[in-house]
Amino acid sequence: MNVTQQIVNAIWLGGVYSLFALGYALVFSVLGVLNLAHSAVFMWGAFIGLTVVTRFSLPIWLAIPVAMLGAGIIGIILDLVAFAPLRRRNAPRISQLISSIGAAILLVNIAQFAFGTQPQRFPSGTIPNQALEGLPFRITPIQVIILIISLVLMALLQYLVMRTRIGQAMRAVAFNQRVAGLLGINSGGIFQLTFFLAGALAGAAGVLYGLAYNSMTPFMGDGVALKGLTVIVLGGLGNIQGAVVGGFLVAALEVFSIAAGSSNYRDAIVFTLLFLILLFRPQGLVGQKIETRA
Amino acid sequence: MELLRSIGISEPVLQFMLINAILGLSIYLTLFTGMFSLANAGFMAIGTYTGVILTQQFGLPLWGGLIGGMLLAGLIALPIGLPVLRLRDIYLAIATIGFGEIVRILILNFDPLVSSIVGQPIKMTYGALGISGIPQLTQTWHLVVFLIIISYCIARLHRSRFGRAMAAIRQDEQAAANMGINVVYVKNMVFILSAVLAAAAGVLKAHFARTIDPGDYGFSQAVDILAFAVLGGTTTFVGPIVGGFVLTAMPEILRDFKQYRGIINGVILLLVIVYLPGGLVNPAGWARLWQRLRGKSSFKPVEAETG
Amino acid sequence: MLELRQVSRLFGGLQALSQVDMTVPANKIVGLIGPNGAGKTTLINNISGLDHPTSGTIHMNGQPIQRAAPHQITRLGIARTYQNIRLFSEMTVLENLLISQHSQGKASALESLIFSGRYRREEQTLRENAAVLLKRFNLEHLAHLRAGTLPYGDQRRLEMARALAINPRLMLLDEPTAGMNPVETHELGTQILRLRDEGMTILVIEHDMSLIHQVCDEVYVLSFGQIIAHGTPEQIKNDTTVIEAYLGREDE
Repeated sequence: MNVTQQIVNAIWLGGVYSLFALGYALVFSVLGVLNLAHSAVFMWGAFIGLTVVTRFSLPIWLAIPVAMLGAGIIGIILDLVAFAPLRRRNAPRISQLISSIGAAILLVNIAQFAFGTQPQRFPSGTIPNQALEGLPFRITPIQVIILIISLVLMALLQYLVMRTRIGQAMRAVAFNQRVAGLLGINSGGIFQLTFFLAGALAGAAGVLYGLAYNSMTPFMGDGVALKGLTVIVLGGLGNIQGAVVGGFLVAALEVFSIAAGSSNYRDAIVFTLLFLILLFRPQGLVGQKIETRA
Repeated sequence: MELLRSIGISEPVLQFMLINAILGLSIYLTLFTGMFSLANAGFMAIGTYTGVILTQQFGLPLWGGLIGGMLLAGLIALPIGLPVLRLRDIYLAIATIGFGEIVRILILNFDPLVSSIVGQPIKMTYGALGISGIPQLTQTWHLVVFLIIISYCIARLHRSRFGRAMAAIRQDEQAAANMGINVVYVKNMVFILSAVLAAAAGVLKAHFARTIDPGDYGFSQAVDILAFAVLGGTTTFVGPIVGGFVLTAMPEILRDFKQYRGIINGVILLLVIVYLPGGLVNPAGWARLWQRLRGKSSFKPVEAETG
Repeated sequence: MLELRQVSRLFGGLQALSQVDMTVPANKIVGLIGPNGAGKTTLINNISGLDHPTSGTIHMNGQPIQRAAPHQITRLGIARTYQNIRLFSEMTVLENLLISQHSQGKASALESLIFSGRYRREEQTLRENAAVLLKRFNLEHLAHLRAGTLPYGDQRRLEMARALAINPRLMLLDEPTAGMNPVETHELGTQILRLRDEGMTILVIEHDMSLIHQVCDEVYVLSFGQIIAHGTPEQIKNDTTVIEAYLGREDE
């Protein structure tokens, strides 16, 4: 097995996984709910990016910000329709999880109606896909771009959350909504911002994922949704840095189990890991201890 | 039957309605006990494959396959439930989703896996292709009788010590333990019962649908089962039955709007979750909704339109 | 009846209980007082099995219970109430009283399916027991209301009735008079004394000193997880360490 090559593969794939899982983690850390419609927003991001390129013949570097904006807006609508009404009546977080499943079903069905169920692809030449030359391993420009964009977005998010006033407000709301209210923070606004950011990250991940595999269907989110769950569980639910680490770990696990010849069990290995982590280290690999048991 | 057919419900549709009602009841048991488990599709898969292999490859009658499938699902539920049921709400949900995926992938790779263990080629689950040509053994009346028996059992259960313990655990697990209820025992028993019921539904379904493949038992099946219970409501066991009926029959009744039916299903489900938290079968929820709509329309007629 | 020896409980670095020694003799009413955050509820949780001591032993009639599950402890005859009422609020008053008799029943769920004789006799007994308690606590007319809809005072009394339905030998009462006016408090004191006269042993956490004086045979004082005094209510009243422990306390 070419270890260098596998590491390279794991790194670019990990970038996409981390980017996707960050949205899950962000919503969980600020609102304490698991948004299972996140993968549907991801899928919509991919299709918005595709539409920008195919319908409006715009270049791909424009498709990514447009997809992020569109997916971010879908994120806000998602909050208004599926989460905000439940928050208002203090519904348990399991109800909000169920509501997000309902929203996911709706988003996927609308996408089926709008885009059909046949796999769609970006026109050839959107990004050159010959491998770069003169390197000891194989990597395509798409993969390089994916990695760069993911790292830049992750760094931006990190900066936003840890270094800005908005980030401070988000962390305050995450810590204690009532106290944040007393400090004059509008938690409703913070929630919508959180959903916008999470949606935008999912949108970017969607376009990048679409570019990488060049096959998009309304169901493309299903597999990623479950991978993303593993990622945030590995990193500790709601732990933003943990999600980044988790993304690369899951990607590495996947890439190496394929390389080791057990591609059929690739997902089984990932989910077994998910299962074991929940049982033995529910705070995640990097998190501190939390109360998860009854 | 003629009446049903006139609104688009043929006998196969009726069979699916009955199966989905049973599946709704299987998740109702865990939800009613306060456990948010999404493992039902996984247990359904285990039961179905066991039952089908018993009838098709070993020539057992339907009831033989049914008992075999239920038994294996129950046996596997015990070691899974013991560690997993210590987890709370979202953590339990994620762990059981993971379990379902592991089951699906193992069934997908069952033949090569077992072949490599026993050292000779084995064909049992036929991988991603699945099993077809399953003998047509399930009759509609089987399903009706089964649903009636299960409903009776659950109704009686609610009036027993065990059933009251289930409700107590849902409302306050610690207080329930202080009342002398063995919480671990009750939770695991309910988890097993739920698994066995899902397995039974799967075996019965396979013997009229006649083909199965691992893709039938993925995350989306788990979500569908949850949707039956959530749409109908879990305040009484009638809820999941109604939920299973409605969600299965609606696409047929709405067949004139074929291209929109997925969207309509999604909208209805979301509306019920958001505005009728107790599901369709919950008079108190309807009363509250009615009051809210009236209250709103008299004060702010605009707001009632949005959302 | 109940013996605590060197019971300590650590939460992370925080010493919630520190080498607590306590004895609750049979058929006595023992009070446990202390400032807020002294560890009183932690102590009750450790006795009732919701929490377990980091070290030390707890014996109920000679049997070690420090590692036992809550339902096992209940079956040894220990019942409790909660500082914040924890009724099964979606159930009726009657159902709350049926639930707490759980461990007295034997009939399996299977027997309820076939209406076995044992199941019917048992249900009958449970309902009769519940009726007695409803009458005793003046809740008869509320039997079919949801527990969550009851006024506060009725909820408090229902919680007492529910603990009593367990048929315990030892009752742990966690601030039973919280939120009550003096008249209600005195009435509750009378109920507690009556229980003792019927043979019950009681450990009661209280803030209300008038109740402590009304009912307690002896009192333990807990401060920062340690027992700082033990004696009759009269002795405690004049103990200087106790007065000091309370000095920093916020007025309520």
